[in-house]
Amino acid sequence: MIGGLFIYNHKGEVLISRVYRDDIGRNAVDAFRVNVIHARQQVRSPVTNIARTSFFHIKRSNIWLACVTKQNVNAGLVFEFLNKMVEVMQSYFGKISEDNIKNNFVLIYELLDEILDFGYPQNADTSILKTFITQTGIKAQVTKEEQSQITSQVTGQISWRREGIKYRRNELFLDVLENVNLLMSPQGQVLSAHVAGRIVMKSYLSGMPECKFGINDKLVLDKSGRSDDPSKVSATGKSSIAIDDCTFHQCVRLSKFETEHSISFIPPDGEYELMRYRTTKDISLPFRVIPLVREVGRTKMEVKVVIKSNFKPSLLAQKIEVRIPTPLNTSGVQVICMKGKAKYKASENAIVWKLKRMGGMKESQISAEIELLPSDKKKWSRPPISMNFEVPFAPSGLKVRYLKVFEPKLNYSDHDVIKWVRYIGRSGLYETR
Amino acid sequence: MTDSKYFTTTKKGEIFELKGELNSDKKEKKKEAVKKVIASMTVGKDVSALFPDVVNCMQTDNLELKKLVYLYLMNYAKSQPDMAIMAVNTFVKDCEDTNPLIRALAVRTMGCIRVDKITEYLCEPLRKCLKDEDPYVRKTAAVCVAKLHDINAQLVEDQGFLDQLRELLSDSNPMVVANAVAALSEISDTSPSPAAQMEMNQQTINKLLAALNECTEWGQIFILDALSNYVPKDDREAQSICERVTPRLAHSNAGVVLSAVKVLMKGMEYVGMETEFVTTLQKKLAPPLVTLLSSEPEVQYVALRNINLIVQKRPDILKHEMKVFFVKYNDPIYVKLENWTSYPSATQENIAQVLAELKEYATEVDVDFVRKSVRAIGRCAIKVEQAAERCVSTLLDLIQTKVNYVVQEAIVVIKDIFRKYPNKYESIISTLCENLESLDEPDARASMIWIVGEYAERIDNADELLESFLEGFHDESTQVQLQLLTAIVKLFLKKPTETQELVQQVLSLATQDSDNPDLRDRGYIYWRLLSTDPAAAKEVVLAEKPLISSETDRLEPTLLDELICYIASLASVYHKPPSAFVEGQALVVRRTQLPVRSASGEPGATGATESPVPQQAQPVQQQQSVIPSHDTAMGDLLGDLLSMDLNPQPQQQMSMTPAPQQDMGGMDLLGGGLDSLLGGPSPVAGMPASQASMGGGLGDILGLGISSTTYVPPKQVWLPAPKAKGLEVSGTFSIRQNVRYMDLTLKNNAMAPMGDFAIQFNKNSFGLSPASALQVPSPLSPGQTADVTLPLGTNGPVQKMDPLMNLQVAMKNNIDVFYFSCLIPIHLLFTEDGQMDRKVFLATWKDIPDSNEVQKEIANPNQLDPKGISDKLQQSFIFTIAQRNVDGRDMLYQSLKLTNGIWVLAELKIQPRSPTMTLSLKTRALDVIPQVQQAYELIIANM
Repeated sequence: MIGGLFIYNHKGEVLISRVYRDDIGRNAVDAFRVNVIHARQQVRSPVTNIARTSFFHIKRSNIWLACVTKQNVNAGLVFEFLNKMVEVMQSYFGKISEDNIKNNFVLIYELLDEILDFGYPQNADTSILKTFITQTGIKAQVTKEEQSQITSQVTGQISWRREGIKYRRNELFLDVLENVNLLMSPQGQVLSAHVAGRIVMKSYLSGMPECKFGINDKLVLDKSGRSDDPSKVSATGKSSIAIDDCTFHQCVRLSKFETEHSISFIPPDGEYELMRYRTTKDISLPFRVIPLVREVGRTKMEVKVVIKSNFKPSLLAQKIEVRIPTPLNTSGVQVICMKGKAKYKASENAIVWKLKRMGGMKESQISAEIELLPSDKKKWSRPPISMNFEVPFAPSGLKVRYLKVFEPKLNYSDHDVIKWVRYIGRSGLYETR
Repeated sequence: MTDSKYFTTTKKGEIFELKGELNSDKKEKKKEAVKKVIASMTVGKDVSALFPDVVNCMQTDNLELKKLVYLYLMNYAKSQPDMAIMAVNTFVKDCEDTNPLIRALAVRTMGCIRVDKITEYLCEPLRKCLKDEDPYVRKTAAVCVAKLHDINAQLVEDQGFLDQLRELLSDSNPMVVANAVAALSEISDTSPSPAAQMEMNQQTINKLLAALNECTEWGQIFILDALSNYVPKDDREAQSICERVTPRLAHSNAGVVLSAVKVLMKGMEYVGMETEFVTTLQKKLAPPLVTLLSSEPEVQYVALRNINLIVQKRPDILKHEMKVFFVKYNDPIYVKLENWTSYPSATQENIAQVLAELKEYATEVDVDFVRKSVRAIGRCAIKVEQAAERCVSTLLDLIQTKVNYVVQEAIVVIKDIFRKYPNKYESIISTLCENLESLDEPDARASMIWIVGEYAERIDNADELLESFLEGFHDESTQVQLQLLTAIVKLFLKKPTETQELVQQVLSLATQDSDNPDLRDRGYIYWRLLSTDPAAAKEVVLAEKPLISSETDRLEPTLLDELICYIASLASVYHKPPSAFVEGQALVVRRTQLPVRSASGEPGATGATESPVPQQAQPVQQQQSVIPSHDTAMGDLLGDLLSMDLNPQPQQQMSMTPAPQQDMGGMDLLGGGLDSLLGGPSPVAGMPASQASMGGGLGDILGLGISSTTYVPPKQVWLPAPKAKGLEVSGTFSIRQNVRYMDLTLKNNAMAPMGDFAIQFNKNSFGLSPASALQVPSPLSPGQTADVTLPLGTNGPVQKMDPLMNLQVAMKNNIDVFYFSCLIPIHLLFTEDGQMDRKVFLATWKDIPDSNEVQKEIANPNQLDPKGISDKLQQSFIFTIAQRNVDGRDMLYQSLKLTNGIWVLAELKIQPRSPTMTLSLKTRALDVIPQVQQAYELIIANM
């Protein structure tokens, strides 16, 4: 298993070093610094083997986290662990930065002691960790009941929720967050498009509630033979959607999903990601980008980009940003646009065009003249034109059908829970070549 | 409060100051000081001098301070073993604390202190903690056993901790189970001792599967990894395991998903043929794999490396998911590069899209990435005939860009296209020739030279072009030199009048001025050919080349199978078996076994197209057909030459160049071919009967009529029980239905059941190897015997043994690995196609020098007549070619062939009513004669 974990700053200085196994020596710390952090070339792989020692690394802002091992470990596990580690640290002290890590190094050591034992990841759920590892140190006098409660939670079946949670108002928030990814050819042909969706839930419920969650998944609806109410047709005009694949938070009973296709779970307290899914069929693309690039001689280029919004006129898209890359040898840019603001950002080599909002079924355009310095350097590989936006619907067409809460022990019923549902569609990688 | 200040103390006399603070009365000050010590430790300063002072702080109620002191202890205890003893009392006391968190902390830390003296004190507390009422303590103690095993394996076994650990597998708490599994797996991986091996039976499997649904994500990974090592009893069990693991594919943790994929991929092998179950399972695998590609780039990378393996093993899984492999502009470079190697396959339908995409990539900036893209275009052309033309024009476009590395890469792939579609695209040669100057990489140069030589008649100035290369002959790499030599000889054969000078120049350069043996030998061969028989030379050098196939970049099937067992692990990321990067891994045989599939299962395994000098082996092969046929010894030698020549995998070579193999392994080749015709690439598992070796396919067809009742020697004890901890192995060899078997009887004389049997052969003279896994009813209970047959193949690694027929066998069970050796009776290796044509027989007999004839009197105890003898021998594949009667004595002329292609010719003189007869043997390989004589005697005496 994992032999050790090191955290470095961008200069390659060690901030945290925790070695779990004897086969990892102190020189491993230096080996990684020399061969990866200070390597001359760009790192070609997140896994490096130096002198029969393997290093797995991830980089967050300018901090390097590296796991070291000499064994044939499960690589998926190691990277998942590193990501989890980052998540845990973030929930304790916010952004991962050199200062934050130095300020909390005792805490980090304490955490590392708890979540990795002999290199085997143990429980890494923040909510539980926080019950007994705190920044201010554990309360000196914990009652015996509390102690055994902690341990049974850490090791228990429902390791993500502690017992005895109470709220005056039982409330839950559901966010359907979708990222639309698109890759379009300059001719307007969709090369690939998919939606990566997440369902994020904030639950403030008392006790150990049992939840059941339903969406308009084609498979489920077809199975139950439910004839859909035609009046309930969603914004995108579909009644059910085909989900390619989905993954769930560990609280969801997977075997039940496999057999009955029902999503049932006891939720963690507070915010967490219930589910991730992916769809590729019948995606309603909120925007269409039509670029037109013309090279006028060696020192001038004309660019025209039209964007068309493609959703119900009653809805409004927000935070629209179109990024048009410019060649490295650009000397000057003149931009004309009817709506929004556009600016040439020399440091980013791009024209950035921003629109606060835009209604459905509208069209808008920008044109620019780019002056170029004559240069005979190697040719410019033109990055794609990318776009950002936010729309108040789910481009995949996903709809929440129900979320039922049962708590048999406490006296509140499904009707007493206040539920909020919100749909947000955002751009993922939304690019036109 | 910020901790960063602890990092900043750099002044001198710091240690002294810290000492003072550590011994301070104030708790707060103490804690501050310990923090400073830890900070210095982190940045690499040596603070071991403070050991006693820090240890003194251990006696405290403050958990935070305690943890800090423990952290310090773990780091420095080893350097101060005597001082570390001071801490023992506190540990022992803490292990009895009322707070389970402190109990666990103590036992966890104690395991990390690697001092022998401490481990002695650890045993008692650990034993208690393994039975602690609190699951948190138990799960920590479980891991602690693994720690202790790492320090002192013997101690763990003596103290019975392993049994306690096994008991924990049935613990009520899922996390305890998971940690116990993790600890047991690690112990059985690293320990050579049989007692430490992890026993897995149906019960444990059921417990694990139950715990799988309940434990943490990490625990699920431990359990899944352990499950993947289990060999199911039958396909039903395999199926039920698969069913219960499948839901894990929807887990959000990529580690869980990948480990589940591993269990399923292995499970599918055990379920066997392409049943409906397997088909649906394959369908279920695709979506989660694609989902992995939208996770963090590092996870994506791991997923892609694994997908690469999975697609090679089961190409169907992702065949509809091509688009997900399209590269995104912002992907990290390692993800981009991986995308194309993992990319499943272009088909006629999607080729347009793929090509457009590839062309896009070929204009990117990253050199490696561009190269790979160009190569991929070439691959498309070779794979999809309809698209070849478009690919070629795309490549030409790319050549026009004049970007150096693009041009070079394009030329390399165009050469392959020429080979695949001869006489179709040669019109572009002129364009290629324009770029001659810019080529500076050996691969590209060699390819270009090959093109020039191959199409010399169409290139007007071919001689000039080649001559220009010749100027710097000695500075070229071997690859280019070899290619240049061949190309010029080709040119000479095509235009003899103008190029005589050139060819002499190159021949003398190659033979006289070069010290590279390959180059020199090839030069000599050409020279002699050209001087003795130009017509033959033409036939040899300008022979038609076999077509190449499209499967490049593929792993060798055995390696692939091994790697499939390591999905998700580092091995799958490196595409190397763990032994290549982990020390002390040799012991673990069990994990690497996939059920053996019949006849290698790879009809398309005719790889070798990547070899940049495709016809390199040509001269040698053709050479052989010139030599009078059935020249056995020579055949062997040439065989060696062949496989030595350029390709490290003789397997591939064989299938690529069928002609010369008749002598060496024609039967194997045919067998393989027929097999794949008959059965296709179907993995056959759990059915030993159909697990025919390579030769089996042929045997099944040819052997229908022949009842093969070869002589089977009685079983001998090969491995006596005392030598093998109670396991007695006796066995013999036999041929049934033209399949060679090793018949084994295993007897368990020990007190405990045995299981997990596996067998392996060392390299041997005739390349015998197990054709399937050993199927032993498991467990073998005490006193029980089991008869097992193990089909054998003859395509294993070859190494000449002394004695010649010696076979070294390693057998493994849950207890240990045992080694023994036995003698292979040579008649096991006689092949059913050993009947020589009369004329050939005569010619060969004459051809073999008399010095190679050996005579011996052998007994004929039953005084059989010639007919009887001949019949008997025929059953053992010694064929009578002719029979004569000279002076009242019967002469039998016989031939036999061994699996490795050696022919032995025999003359048997039989005197009527005499208890002896005279056997004369003639063969090129004198080594086998004593064995063959023995075989004659055995067969005649015993049947």
